[in-house]
Amino acid sequence: MTDMKPVPHEIPGTVIFDGVEAQKGYALNKMCYSFNSSGNRLAFMRNEEAYCRAYGLTAEQRDAVRRRDVLALVHGGGNVYYLAKLAGIFGLGVQDIGAQQTGVTVEEFRARLAVAGG
Amino acid sequence: MKMAKLLGAICTSHIPAIGNAIARGTQDEPYWKPFFESYPPVREWLAQVDPDAVVMIYNDHGLNFFLDKMPTFAVGAAPEYCNDDEGWGLPTLPPFRGDPKLSWHVIEQLVHDEFDVTTCQEMLVDHAFTVPISLLWPDRSARRFGTVPVAINTVQHPLPTPARCYALGKAIGRAIESYPEDIGVVVVATGGMSHQLDGERAGFINKAFDLHCLEKIVDDPRVLTDMSIRELVREAGTQGVELIMWLAARGALDGKVTKLHSHYHIPVSNTAAGLLLLSANGRPDPKPLDSGPLS
Repeated sequence: MTDMKPVPHEIPGTVIFDGVEAQKGYALNKMCYSFNSSGNRLAFMRNEEAYCRAYGLTAEQRDAVRRRDVLALVHGGGNVYYLAKLAGIFGLGVQDIGAQQTGVTVEEFRARLAVAGG
Repeated sequence: MKMAKLLGAICTSHIPAIGNAIARGTQDEPYWKPFFESYPPVREWLAQVDPDAVVMIYNDHGLNFFLDKMPTFAVGAAPEYCNDDEGWGLPTLPPFRGDPKLSWHVIEQLVHDEFDVTTCQEMLVDHAFTVPISLLWPDRSARRFGTVPVAINTVQHPLPTPARCYALGKAIGRAIESYPEDIGVVVVATGGMSHQLDGERAGFINKAFDLHCLEKIVDDPRVLTDMSIRELVREAGTQGVELIMWLAARGALDGKVTKLHSHYHIPVSNTAAGLLLLSANGRPDPKPLDSGPLS
């Protein structure tokens, strides 16, 4: 694409995880990073609210965790690489969270991906 | 005089679902077959050139590095690299052998070349390192090589520009070719192609752009290195920026290269999967392999 158009600051439907986001989401991402350990995943499952509070999540972020709302977590400064570890605890894979964020069923989301293959 | 040879470069996707398919032995199922069928020609080439060392250029997804300390470029310098629990269920694999002597040579040369890398004497390697090795060398006993991991930050912006990653690759190539041992080295870059996991644009795939990349990276990589990270995110998706690893591998070969094999397949999980094998020009060159279909 040699004739690249100038890139507007905003890319629709896309959060650039920059310094602003990384600061906003630090506590949330740090909690998610802790889920690399199975012991921490179990501790979270035993008491989600206490675990979220211990990591200092904001009320909005705690609410988004309660609602399993990935889009709200992304807009709350969550980075998807860390959020994937939280989603994994809820049994949600990348296609589940893709469907959830775009408001379609997992089957519809998969079909959309297949269509992209043309 | 002893001198290492850079034999070629392989660029491949590293999608975790591939690791699960391997762990479950489902490679022959209809969903997976077209993907896995594209790898045997590359494995045959690897068996022919039989590298002594492999430089793995990949991105960590929150196994080894967190936002408390996020290096832009990090080079492993350990006798072995452990895999570990990434949190979402991919089975942990046994450790991978390192090559500390080559690592330190690469580190010395990179810093001399003004790439001030972070050095890691302990480094956990995630699916972006392990899945491609499982794909390229399914037979663990065939892995007689040591590895040198090179991690590029794709988590937290600002990410290094495509041009900078190409230049890093060039410096890696120079470092390999100045290593005073008679060994053969292959560079493997992992990631891509277009995909986006997060936001309202999740599921974004751009086939036209991927095919453009597969073509241009061979003969005209400048077209890609002229792009900004934002342009790359727009065209390839938030995680499609992993193309910068491919550009580093292409930089390692620099100059003219020969494409021996390529393949493109949509979808694997949420991602367009790409595979590319390039041989360094002037190297002992096995006969060109049949290119895979562009599905």
